[in-house]
Formats: sequence, C-alpha cells, structure tokens
Amino acid sequence: MFEQIAFYFFSAATVVLFLITAFSKNVLYAMSALAAGMVMISGFFFLLDADFLGAVQLIVYVGAVMALYAFGMMFFDATKDVKEKNAPSYLVVLLGGLSALLLVVMFAAPILGSNIEASYPPIEGISNPKSVGLVLFTKYLIPFEVAALMLLVAMIAGIILAGKKMDISLTDIEEDIAISEEEEMSLDEKDGEK
Amino acid sequence: MDPLILGTIIKIVLVLAIVSALAGFGTYLERKVLAYMQRRIGPAHVGPFGLLQIVADGIKLLTKEDIIPQNANRFIFMIAPAVTAATAFIALSAVPLFPTFTIPEYFPLVGGAIVPSTISDISIGILFLLGVMGSGLYGPLLAGMAQANKWGILGSARTAVQFLSYEVITGLSLLAPIMLVGSLSLIDFNNTQIGGVGSWIIWQQPVAFVLFLIAGFAETNRTPFDLLEHEAEIVSGYATEYSGMRWGMFFIGEYANMITISLMASIIFVGGYAPLGFIPGWIAILLKVTFFFFLMLWVRASWPHVRPDQLMWFCWKVLMPIAVINVVITGIVVMI
Repeated sequence: MFEQIAFYFFSAATVVLFLITAFSKNVLYAMSALAAGMVMISGFFFLLDADFLGAVQLIVYVGAVMALYAFGMMFFDATKDVKEKNAPSYLVVLLGGLSALLLVVMFAAPILGSNIEASYPPIEGISNPKSVGLVLFTKYLIPFEVAALMLLVAMIAGIILAGKKMDISLTDIEEDIAISEEEEMSLDEKDGEK
Repeated sequence: MDPLILGTIIKIVLVLAIVSALAGFGTYLERKVLAYMQRRIGPAHVGPFGLLQIVADGIKLLTKEDIIPQNANRFIFMIAPAVTAATAFIALSAVPLFPTFTIPEYFPLVGGAIVPSTISDISIGILFLLGVMGSGLYGPLLAGMAQANKWGILGSARTAVQFLSYEVITGLSLLAPIMLVGSLSLIDFNNTQIGGVGSWIIWQQPVAFVLFLIAGFAETNRTPFDLLEHEAEIVSGYATEYSGMRWGMFFIGEYANMITISLMASIIFVGGYAPLGFIPGWIAILLKVTFFFFLMLWVRASWPHVRPDQLMWFCWKVLMPIAVINVVITGIVVMI
C-alpha cells in the first residue's frame, strides 16, 4: 500500500518535473526541475531496496546538474525568459512524439511479454554495495573497464583543451594581450594621422 | 500504535525541535567564543550574560519584512532557503544520534515506545549523507541565481566552484575508513570502535581525518572557506537580497549542517556513542560533537578567508593527491 502510493507519487513527480525541464523557457526553472527530477528518480531505487544505487544517483546527478548550472550562469540571464528563435511546428511535435512512443513500445514489449525477471538476483545475506560490486567485477568487468577507459580519454581531452597555455603564467598572458592592444591603439592613431 | 513507529515519530519531533533550537543557541555560542578569542565580551546587554540575545534575534527575524526583489524569480527565490533547511534535517535522519532506548512504561501516552538510534536506518548511511548534504548547496546556488543581483550571481558561481572542489575530497577521504570497516553503515562504524579510545579509527586514519575535517569546513561553508557570502568581497553573496525568516532559514540550515558534520566526524573517526570508560555513551557523543562544534568556531577565529582560486588549487592539487595516496596505501595494508 505505502509502496504503491510512493511509486505513483515519484512517477508523477518525475514526469511533471522533466516536462517542465523540456518546456520551460526559463533557464532556472528548467535546471531546477532537472535536478529535482533526478532526486525523484533516486526515490525509485530506494523503493526497490537498491539503496546503494539510490545514493549514487543522488551524489552523481546532484554534482552533474551543478556543473550545468555553472554553464547556465555563464550563458543566460537566469531571471529572464530565453527567446527561442524557432517557431514550434506541430508536425515536428507530432512526429517526434510518435517516434518516441514507438521506441518505448519497441523496447518495453519484449520485457513485458516475458515477465520481468532479474538476470542477477541479489544474493541473500550480502549487503547492497557488496552485491553491486560482485556483479560489476565479475559479469560486467569488461563494460566497466571500457567505461573507465572512455572516462580517462575524456579527462585527457579535457586537460588538453583547457591547458593550451598551461606552461605560461596567467599574468604573462594578460600582459601580452595588453601589449597587443597598445600596439593596435598606436596603429589606429597612425591610421588617423594618415 | 507500534512502539517502534511511535518512537520514530517522537525522535523526529525531538530532533527537529532540538536542532533548530540549537541553531539559535549556536549563533550565541559563536559570538561569545569569537569574542573571548578576540578579547571582547560579546553579547552582554540582553538578559544574563547576553543569553536572551537569541530571543531578541528571533523576534527580529520573525517580524522583519519579507522582501522579494522586483526582478527576482519569485518562486525559486522563495523556495531556496527551504532547500537548505530541509536537506540539513533530511541528512540528520540517517545519523545515529544516541543509543537505542525504550521509554519507561510509567510515562503517559508514550510509555513503552522504542526510540531508535537512527530515524531511518538505511544500510548506506554515509553515501546518503554525502548525497543529501551535497544537494543542500542547491539552496545558496538557487538563491544567488534567482535574486537578480550581481553579488548573488557571484555567490552562486562560488557555490558551484566550492561544491565541485570539496565533494571529491569528502568522498575520497571517507573511502579509506570505509575500506577498513567494510561497511557504509554508520552503526557498523560505531560498533567497530566500541573497545575504547584505542580502537578509534582516527589512530589508523589520521590523514583521512584531517582531510575530512577540511572538506567538512568547506561543506558547511565555515570560515576558511566561506566564499559564498564573503562580506569583504561580495557584500553577502547569495544572501544579499534576503531578509527576515528566509535569511534565518539559511542559517538554521548552516548550523544544522555543522552539527551533522560534527556528528559524522565523531561517529566515523572518534568512537561515536560507544561508552567511554565511566562516561555513558550519550554523554560521550555530546562531548565529541561539542568539541567539533567548538573547533569550527576556533578555526574561524584564528584563520583568514581563502580566495576561490586558492580553494580550488588547494582541493585539486594538494588534498586530492594526498587522499588518493591515502586510499592506495590503505588498500595495500588491507590486502596484506
């Protein structure tokens, strides 16, 4: 009884919050709804007794959305609505919605048809993090390692992108810019004299 | 009613009431301690030893006009303080506060109720705490962005920077003790240190202890790292436009977080509520929490602020390598 109420509450809240994320024109509403939706999803994990995954969902997505906020802060004025240039085309909305529905049906039908069964049911008497670790480091070791490798590649790429002038001190860079601006100024003055 | 459910409800009410009252008392303590460390007297005029200053402050906060700036995002502006306060108390729901006890039968109405040590005993208490306390920083972030004020934006930019810096350190510093104990439950941590002072984890993990304290200071927004509302630089940061009780809620949240971090430090590293010689468990944990609370005030009196870039440099280039090395060494020791 209690679990059913909680499940429907979390589902309704998740759907509504993600709809706000998609439809709101205000950056602040969109991102706050995204963060709140992620928290609501962790509720499902707690309902399914997957405490570990629930807490990980909280930690990971709270951090990830926080980084999104940082970008939002740089690109948008949070107190004003974003003016969208593209006018909504009802045909696009209809086709997009239909194809999304089709995808959901395609993926959900085989699972529904063969009753949902856990491929690796939790072992009795082993705590939650331990059973996740057991499956992760035996059955899913290769995907785990591949994911680790991809993250490493992403990290190296990030360092290279961010650190082009890392060997030069920041103050020196600013001085360079200042000098070049002075040169431009003097050039402009010469142009004016001509 | 089921004695356990009744006990849990009693515990929830008690924790809410006591911790929010303690938050008020904490401001008084903070002023007094800071004053004595700086050779002043501190609040002295209202009531004996200035004790009624808390009441005066409370009346001021409650009766002050609740101003919402004209261009602010009203809804987000209004719920942001509630996020801070609510997450602080949700975090407390997973911390074991005192040993479990049964209320004696002769009390009317509540006799026989079993008051559990933790309100919600989830097996992964530490991770849950980290997650919920991390989401507590959404309060300052949203507040700063919603108020249409440049100082507020700077405050919330600093919130994001601070969160991304310290969160790694908190996780990595706690990883080493977790590996030693082999559990994420705070009750298990308490039970492994039940054998007196010698069995405290702090002796095996001094590096992790110091790292956790530093990260905890950043997490609760305490002075060496209180970048979010650095009065000397950005007026009041995220709280610039707030007044009245909404401002007060930020501070109830901050003090509740300080209590949570003190509780976590005392349970994970220094024995928790295990009885200490002739001192019973519940007094032992009160003493430990009080000490860590005092430590936060002490540090505030003795250390200057750091700049945001210094915080990032410190977290990513100094603390994170130390934490990783600590985890590796712990791993080798555990394997051997």
